[in-house]
Amino acid sequence: MTGLSTIYELAAAFRAKQRSAEDITRDCLDRIEAAEPSVHAFVSCDRAAALAHASQLDAARRRGEKIGPLAGVPVAIKDNICTTVGATTCGSQMLEGYQSVYNAHVVDRLEAAGAIVIGKTNLDAFAMGSSTETSHHPTTRNPWDKTCVAGGSSGGSAAAVAAREVPGALGSDTGGSIRQPASYCGVVGLKPTYGRVSRFGLVAFASSLDQIGPIATNVRDVALLLNVIAGQDKCDSTSADGAVPDFESCLERPLQGLRIGISDEYFCEGLHAEVDRAVRAALELYQAEGTELVPIELPHMKYAVACYYIVAPAEASSNLARYDGVHYGYRAAKPEDIVDLYSSSRGEGFCPEVKRRIMLGTYVLSSGYYEQYYLKAMKVRTLIKEDFDNAFRRVDVIASPVAPTTAFRIGEKLDDPLAMYLTDVYTVSANLAGICAISIPCGFDKCGLPIGLQLMGPAFGEEILLAAAHQYQLRTDHHTKLPGCGD
Amino acid sequence: MTEPDQAQPIIGLEIHVQLKTEAKLFCACAVRSDAPPNSCVCPVCLGHPGALPVLNCRAFELAVLTGLALNCTIARRCKWDRKNYFYPDLPKNYQISQYDLPLAHTGNFELASGGQMKQIRIRRAHLEEDAGKSLHDAPGRTLVDLNRAGTPLLEIVTEPDITSADEAYAFCIELQRLVSYLGVSEGNMQKGQMRFEPNVNVAVTEDGKEYRTPIVEIKNLNSFRAVRDAIAYEIQRQTAAWRRDHGYQLGRCPNENRGWNDEEGVTEFQRQKEAEQDYRYFPDPDLAMIELPDSLFDRLRASLPELPIARQERFVTKHGIDPVDAATIINHRPTTDLFEEVIRAGGEPGIVAKQFVNVWLRLANDRHSAVTDLGVGAGRMAELAGITADGTINKTAVDRLAELLLDRRERPLALATELGLLQEHDRETTVRWVEEVFASNNRAVEDALTNPKKTKAAVGFLHGQVMQTSGGKADPRLVAELVERKLAELRSNR
Ligand SMILES: [Zn+2]
Repeated sequence: MTGLSTIYELAAAFRAKQRSAEDITRDCLDRIEAAEPSVHAFVSCDRAAALAHASQLDAARRRGEKIGPLAGVPVAIKDNICTTVGATTCGSQMLEGYQSVYNAHVVDRLEAAGAIVIGKTNLDAFAMGSSTETSHHPTTRNPWDKTCVAGGSSGGSAAAVAAREVPGALGSDTGGSIRQPASYCGVVGLKPTYGRVSRFGLVAFASSLDQIGPIATNVRDVALLLNVIAGQDKCDSTSADGAVPDFESCLERPLQGLRIGISDEYFCEGLHAEVDRAVRAALELYQAEGTELVPIELPHMKYAVACYYIVAPAEASSNLARYDGVHYGYRAAKPEDIVDLYSSSRGEGFCPEVKRRIMLGTYVLSSGYYEQYYLKAMKVRTLIKEDFDNAFRRVDVIASPVAPTTAFRIGEKLDDPLAMYLTDVYTVSANLAGICAISIPCGFDKCGLPIGLQLMGPAFGEEILLAAAHQYQLRTDHHTKLPGCGD
Repeated sequence: MTEPDQAQPIIGLEIHVQLKTEAKLFCACAVRSDAPPNSCVCPVCLGHPGALPVLNCRAFELAVLTGLALNCTIARRCKWDRKNYFYPDLPKNYQISQYDLPLAHTGNFELASGGQMKQIRIRRAHLEEDAGKSLHDAPGRTLVDLNRAGTPLLEIVTEPDITSADEAYAFCIELQRLVSYLGVSEGNMQKGQMRFEPNVNVAVTEDGKEYRTPIVEIKNLNSFRAVRDAIAYEIQRQTAAWRRDHGYQLGRCPNENRGWNDEEGVTEFQRQKEAEQDYRYFPDPDLAMIELPDSLFDRLRASLPELPIARQERFVTKHGIDPVDAATIINHRPTTDLFEEVIRAGGEPGIVAKQFVNVWLRLANDRHSAVTDLGVGAGRMAELAGITADGTINKTAVDRLAELLLDRRERPLALATELGLLQEHDRETTVRWVEEVFASNNRAVEDALTNPKKTKAAVGFLHGQVMQTSGGKADPRLVAELVERKLAELRSNR
């Protein structure tokens, strides 16, 4: 099987009538069928619905109707984003078989642009985890080494793109859930600025941190997806107003004169030597191409993980209160009374990791602890945001590793939540500060596992971020490498 | 010497007022109390995964307007908080409310109490979403209707400045009048659009020392009468409890929630306040901080109407209207506006007021509608008052004419003329009617002349007969004069 084309190429081929949507979709479905038994990236895939949508697009093209920018392009959706086709399970038993009555705003936008939703991808339960191992569905395998995790929580989306099952996918990123799996799987993942993309229809984990973003094999494709999903939505009060630029046309911006900030906080103890080497090599390339490397300080970075693990569980404890067995979702059999209905349904429907975070969040919001934990964490969050504000007065982007290591083995960290949480150490601060950040492949370790470079940009600075990432890809070929076929 | 056992009630009120908006507080669903169960719902108010709230700005404006009317300080920045608790009719298992930054605080509300004006301080007023309704229709079965879930509520909290059950009663009535006057709420008690939760305790003085009983919150009262009766009961219960055992004191015994049993006329223990759950309030990350722009604030302040209590006072002092009539008219703002229009159109205020109370309001009530919907209009109402004032028609004719004006488009004077309802001032004609009545009512005439016990009734009867014979046109004063004269004439002839 040859490498699946990029979003850019597929959209162009459809527009030029070189390929039909049905042909593209069939190809995509065949790839999924071939890869899934060993990758487990998808939790559902409605072949008939996808083909029906594809033939509608073909008919529309025949009639000469105006077609959208992503017409004919198959896209996978993380299973915590609501779709009316197929279930929206959030990778949990709690929402097993749950059928949403509406499409998320991003899904409506993708479909309006002509994209074909091909299926829903695996994730850690309610996006809580860094490996998809907390999912109610089978753990997603890393296409580069199937004994390793694909990362998480958007592991299904990243693996599906890495295995070339689909050209692009949507994920969600609360503390690194797009960037970390993208890094582990050797693909490109963007966490847009908070407010850039509507969260309406994204099943909330931590509302002030969650953001939907694209995953694809290259920066241009990510820009094309962002073009479609970005912009204000009146159904999400936290989505930002203001004009949305064309993210594709900004990609040609040259590297000359770009200032890249480097902070020691990101190159510290715990960072794997091979990751360190690959990231520094990428920085040398940037420098050689005329960018200026500027040392910066982010003094409150060291509190980011602690801060994150107070803010995110606090919001989660409230966001997940609605799953109670009363209105929809999992309901325990034969409850004795209403309290038993609540506790049994939640006790049985949530996995241990979700329960751990709900308890943590409930604790930090409790009377007597609120000031000590939640309020203090919110103050730290403000300081972290100020650190970034100060830094972005001096630099255009900040570079760092995405994660301290490459993909770890399945099961390796499952019993050590703290070790699992530390895989987010370089990514959570972007969520706390609400800025944008991207993960791009920058090399491989000696086992052949991909290494990711993280570039962070100021709030609503996706143009510079994407340009810097794209210019890197023009000069490197890490993103063009394919994981080995078969096992 | 201080009087022993002097009990002084200390009462504060928490009032939930349902705001009059087309849509719910955070989604576009209609607010309707008459819709089939679960028909006014959407993913947002059902708490479906992924759904997000969007503020209905109209509800916020109505809340600010009420805050202004309560003389509150309006917060120029306020936020939304989540109040977390599990309940089957609360789909998200948290309520979006305002915790530490209410949109209005520190106000006061003027109240007529015991013949004088009194200020009740307002602690705060904040917006929140209502829950749905649980229907326990059969043992072991509960049905949930979420039509009400997400309905905008304004919670108003007073300081404990109220000192009697009657005063609390008056406060609730005055507040209902205020909110309906402002147009922010229908204040319909039957539909549960106003709900009251009084906080009651008693300060008892004995031997110069003051003792206070624990504070009791009476939950969820939905009539003025229940507010008055429950508070009165609670004052008496707490005072008696303290008399029995002086250990029944604030700080020593727990504060508690009690419910009102309307049939038995008693409050019943629900739970102790100490066991109150922790709501884990925190700012709702789905909703941005609200900034109240100067332009909106100024517009709302300018739109604040003259409040009922001030308007009533003006009617009495400026127009010389009977205070009872003024209070009746003022209850409904459109009626009051029409009343003022009639006066501006030249109606004599005292007569217009009487006609509003005795004629127009009666006709409107009979038709279950408002005076403003009778279709008569200020010009014709003023004319009717005018031809009443100058004696063109009499009171009997007013009632008939008013009713006819509802269905016909003529001016009152023209219609009265057409129907022959003009008052007959001609002495000769009136004398003829009197003669006629005396000739055919010998029995009554006899009673009037000879039976002192029946004189008054007989005279009244004869008078009525004359009015009837005249077809209601006779001038009542002239009739009275001529009936007296005729009787005197007969008496002297005996
Ligand atoms: Zn709704």
